[in-house]
Amino acid sequence: MNVPTMAELAAKGESPEILFWVGCSGSFDDRAKRVTKAFVKILNAIGIKFAVLGTEEACTGDPARRAGNEFLFQMQAMSNIQVLNGYNIKKIVTACPHCFNTIKNEYPELGGNYEVIHHSTFLQQLISDGRIKIEGGVFKGKKVTYHDSCYLGRANNIYEAPREVLQALDADLVEMKRCRTTGLCCGAGGAQMFKEPEKGNKDINILRSEEALATGASTIAVACPFCMTMMTDGVKNKEKEAEVKVKDLAELIAEAQGL
Amino acid sequence: MAVLQQIVFIITLGVAVFLIRKRILRIRSTIQLGKQTEISGDKMARLQNLILVAFGQRKMFKKFIPAFLHFFIYVGFLVINLEVLEFVLDGVAGTHRLFAPYLSEFYNVLMNLFEFLAVAVLLACIFFLLRRNVLKLARFWSAEMTQWPRLDANLILFIEIVLMTAILTMNATDQILQTRDAHYVNTGTLFFSAYLIPLFQNFSTPALMVVERLAWWFHIVGILGFAIYVTYSKHLHIFLAFPNTYFAKLEPKGHINNMPVVTREVKSMLGLESVTTPAGEPGRFGAKDINDLSWTNLMAAYSCTECGRCTAECPANLTGKTLSPRKIMMDTRDRLEEVGKSLAVGGAGLNDGKTLLNDYITKEEINACTSCNACVEACPVMINPLEIILELRRYVAMEESGSPAQWNSMFQNIETSFAPWKFSAADRFNWAKEQ
Ligand code: SF4
Ligand code: SF4
Repeated sequence: MNVPTMAELAAKGESPEILFWVGCSGSFDDRAKRVTKAFVKILNAIGIKFAVLGTEEACTGDPARRAGNEFLFQMQAMSNIQVLNGYNIKKIVTACPHCFNTIKNEYPELGGNYEVIHHSTFLQQLISDGRIKIEGGVFKGKKVTYHDSCYLGRANNIYEAPREVLQALDADLVEMKRCRTTGLCCGAGGAQMFKEPEKGNKDINILRSEEALATGASTIAVACPFCMTMMTDGVKNKEKEAEVKVKDLAELIAEAQGL
Repeated sequence: MAVLQQIVFIITLGVAVFLIRKRILRIRSTIQLGKQTEISGDKMARLQNLILVAFGQRKMFKKFIPAFLHFFIYVGFLVINLEVLEFVLDGVAGTHRLFAPYLSEFYNVLMNLFEFLAVAVLLACIFFLLRRNVLKLARFWSAEMTQWPRLDANLILFIEIVLMTAILTMNATDQILQTRDAHYVNTGTLFFSAYLIPLFQNFSTPALMVVERLAWWFHIVGILGFAIYVTYSKHLHIFLAFPNTYFAKLEPKGHINNMPVVTREVKSMLGLESVTTPAGEPGRFGAKDINDLSWTNLMAAYSCTECGRCTAECPANLTGKTLSPRKIMMDTRDRLEEVGKSLAVGGAGLNDGKTLLNDYITKEEINACTSCNACVEACPVMINPLEIILELRRYVAMEESGSPAQWNSMFQNIETSFAPWKFSAADRFNWAKEQ
């Protein structure tokens, strides 16, 4: 797989069209790594000049800030901003809504100003520009439901781009009762991903997975690595993993294109 | 007799104004315990929120039926207050229906409009009482809705019903008196109260005068009493919803407020800036008590209507955790009232050995929040319970190092391997080599 790093490009005196910010999940989590690779395949297939930071990338600090550790967050943010500014980065695309939100909304106050795009919006733009053409209709008539990530939806008002991607796939999009502005969280945000939930009568991801399964969709589309983990676990807990797949938008496009 | 009424009225009005003023000053001074925050951003955008969300009730209209009925109560409140102006002037000057001669025919139109609103308010309040107490809508019965909040809500609805009935009774008796005594200015037919006329038709003129006066007094004293009561009640949103929407956060909901104090320290640690310690007390990191929160958070606590729309959408609450965003706001308000009361009598105030964190809001509650913003989205008056939760978490993490153990490990992982999991930073790019 061709994955150029910023260091390589800079050494050749080149600059990329976009910087692909991979994020911690996309770099380390086995399931999320498949999404990262699917996205890279799409970029390579349509010939977008991109680069990643590779080992120069570090956690944006999102979970630290949300768990209350502002020092740690700002340490992370400032050193990331130093790296990004050092390479004179202008445009960042990421598949993680948490990285997206932090870099887009929280880095400017600390000196990091970039155009930040989530991959759902980016893919939707590529589709409407005709740079991604979907043929073959792998998903034609298949029931797909979309789970809104809080950090895309309510946090940043991105509700339609992911849905337009699914519609472009010719899938039969079915909505859960709680969707868009009232979409139910998967349970991972606010640093919950990194600890056991408090005492209660149910785990949030189980409740959300039940809602997704109730639509009868055979695919639960997500656009966030945390939602991916939570929904996959929820579907497994309900012993539905054979019939129902949890997939990221990038994976669905890569699949439709036979990549 | 008339002069006596005038004197009694002026005294009543004076007492009410005095009590209301005292409460307003108390509330203002407790809100001022909060931190001063810079109110930045586009004034027009703030005004737009005020007009659309507070005046226009835009967020209420996500649920049509209650929004529609609430809208009548709201318009009724705004418009009937015009009539209260006439009441007050009549009371002070000893006149009767002072505005009637000046407005001539239009007075009849106005009175009919008031009556229409009075009937609409009456019906809406009956519906809301039934919804609360007979249908027992779940969000009005959850854990933090203890006896007082439930009674408060019912009292308000009940008082409104009584006040509206008084207006209609007064107008009905007044219309009969108009046919019998020249002192009663002709208002023309008043559509709704006309239906009550048969009830009073057989009364003697003096008896009608007494009923009319009683209804008048009942209404105006009721309204003044209500105005005082409101300042102790969740009903304060009728005033504070307006500033609250104006001062609500304008950034995307995902944005968390920056801490410039930390920025300065981190910059100097990274050698990006020479250390310039700002003058004054360093202050706490995050919030332990109300004075660590921004004054806008405190005003929000007074603006909360306890409607529970936030809690009904909260994923933590929906799955049985103790966290409830409504409780966060109610606790903040209760603590404010406690401190305010104590300060007013020269008591210990903030130093009474209690704090918002721990004595009111537990760590278990704040730890359960997913920062999903469902509560913020749901609130019809643009309250942000998440801001308070995050400030409390900041205190626990930075002042107490008291975050859950798994979060502390996560912090450590980020410090040492630049990822929340224990992976080697050198392996970050391995994915590109894997198949
Ligand atoms: S942000 Fe926190 S308190 Fe608000 S709804 Fe989500 S989990 Fe509940
Ligand atoms: S915070 Fe807003 S939504 Fe929640 S109870 Fe108060 S007014 Fe209702």
